[in-house]
Amino acid sequence: MNSATNSGRALPRAGSALPRAGRALPWALVTPALGWTLLFFVLPFVAMGFSSLTAHDGGGFTLANYSQFFTNQAYWQAMVNSLQVTAIVTVISVLLAYPFAWILAEQVPERWQRLALMLAVLPFWTSYVVRSYSWLLVLAQNGVINRALTGSGLFSEPLQLANTRLATVIGFVHFFVMLLTLTIFANLKQLSPSYRKAAADLGAGPVRTFLHVVLPLTLPGIMVGAFLTFVLCIGDYITPQILGGNNELLMPQLVMMQIGRRGDFPLASALSIILMAVVTIAYLACARWLKIERA
Amino acid sequence: MTINPNTWNPTTKQPLSVLKRYLHAACAATALLLATGSFARAADLNALIWCDHADPALLQPFEEANGVKVNVKEFEGTGAGMAIVEQSQPGDWDVMVIDSIDIPRGVEKGLFEPLPEDKLPLADLFPQVKLDNYTVVDGKRYGITEKFGYNTIGYNKTKVDPADMQSLAALTGDKYKGKIAIYDYYLPVIGMAALAIGKKTTELTEADLPAIKQELLSMKANAKLVGEVTASQTALATGEVDILVGGGEWVTAGLAKENPALDFSIPREGAVLWSQSLAMFKDSKNKDTALKFIQYIMSPEGQARLATSACYWGMPANTKAALSDEQKKILRFDEQPDFLARAQPYPAPDADLDKKMQDVWTEMLQAQ
Repeated sequence: MNSATNSGRALPRAGSALPRAGRALPWALVTPALGWTLLFFVLPFVAMGFSSLTAHDGGGFTLANYSQFFTNQAYWQAMVNSLQVTAIVTVISVLLAYPFAWILAEQVPERWQRLALMLAVLPFWTSYVVRSYSWLLVLAQNGVINRALTGSGLFSEPLQLANTRLATVIGFVHFFVMLLTLTIFANLKQLSPSYRKAAADLGAGPVRTFLHVVLPLTLPGIMVGAFLTFVLCIGDYITPQILGGNNELLMPQLVMMQIGRRGDFPLASALSIILMAVVTIAYLACARWLKIERA
Repeated sequence: MTINPNTWNPTTKQPLSVLKRYLHAACAATALLLATGSFARAADLNALIWCDHADPALLQPFEEANGVKVNVKEFEGTGAGMAIVEQSQPGDWDVMVIDSIDIPRGVEKGLFEPLPEDKLPLADLFPQVKLDNYTVVDGKRYGITEKFGYNTIGYNKTKVDPADMQSLAALTGDKYKGKIAIYDYYLPVIGMAALAIGKKTTELTEADLPAIKQELLSMKANAKLVGEVTASQTALATGEVDILVGGGEWVTAGLAKENPALDFSIPREGAVLWSQSLAMFKDSKNKDTALKFIQYIMSPEGQARLATSACYWGMPANTKAALSDEQKKILRFDEQPDFLARAQPYPAPDADLDKKMQDVWTEMLQAQ
């Protein structure tokens, strides 16, 4: 007892200090991030919410900015266009990235994987704007592709590739395939070989093993990558602006038009909140789906 | 050996005092930086400009002659410029480049300072571009036109028949389908659409918008792209398209050396006259320097440099601009009286009509 008391002379200080520190430490660690989020996300978001409910030329509360979106076909068509382009880009990117990630993870020898990954993410090293303009040069009437097609005699007239939705999709896919490859590759590498061995032991062939074991287990990686692709793609202004030739408007372009031309921040805020609501719905859909998979 | 307790010793562990010392040092350094920054700012001229004013060949002579630094912020379109001003503090900006027709908007918002007419070369300006109905408000001059040109038809004369370019009807016919780009700025192109249907740009009303929209949609059906300044210039220069609706000397003149095939026409129906002005901010802290800057830009030397700026060329408003014969030829300087007689001013809608015009433009962009 004494000994416990004696040895406890130091302990009460440590014992009483540690729980306090233990309680304070998580808050201390989380405070900077929390402050940052409050200052640079929550407050601007609330300000944007208020702004979206005001009129451009002053006055009080109004829902006119939201009704403008829902009643003007050109406005909601921008959302339809954005969703279509985003869906196409996400699906194509997943379809291209999965086999690529599979080859990297399964076929490329381990010692070459790092180099292969580095080569895969090489396009990220160049500026996004430069990359988009480069694609414009490649797809232009006098660009590499059209010259090859007309030079080889396959086509007599150059195809219109630049300044189209196709050009926008190509620009996006080039970027997002790399992103998806990384997330799927990470998922594939984490997958224990035991699963495949067990499936083989139970008589499953390679295709069945892939469809019923590997694919479901790598679905979280696909969904994370697909969600990131969705979010980044639907909010991107540069690619459609440079490659799309303004032949159709997507939501970010519509938002920029309100700011750049009209200085109409309330309408731009309303459109941004609508865009954010769509992203939130996409997140909820993905989160729910992922949860089911995990269960 | 004694240790002075006030001297920091790296072997002593006093993190709090060390932190305090660093904080004091950082505060002192910050204060010094702020002080030098504010001194520097006091001598600077802060200009809200279009890209042609960012050319060092234009700014450097003024900076060297007056010992000031011109800080520039580029913008496109009055809406964007006004948005920057609204988010700034009074006194942040000294001068602004603005569409001449939008000067009354700035005056209405209480932004601009009247300019002393006796200190500006108003008598040397092309009379048609003085635009006193916009630059003078309640008898006071708030802006001076510095540069102008035409939103009309820019084209590659080796690819299209120049005779076709004498009528706006060529833009909606089948002959040049898929070979046309449209400059993505609603006011001048709406002005051109108005000219095409026989309307005067200064008399447009909401009732004209359906017919204008139809004309725009016909142009869009023939267009390969609708692009901003750089995109539309590039499209014409690289042969992606052969015709630029809304183009003019601001596209073709700067590229004349590299691509002499580029030209522009003033069609029978007319063209839209664009003009940019300089205005001084009421809250400027450097009004003397701001006036000197305006005087420099309006001087024959300043006008020549501005007219041939790297970003885009345009006609100088001052008839005495010190341009070379070759530059005058490229700008078609001697043809200006005829061009000006056939040009009509930018549409100058009120806020309500402006909003409706922008909606029409948005619908045109979205149309397939």
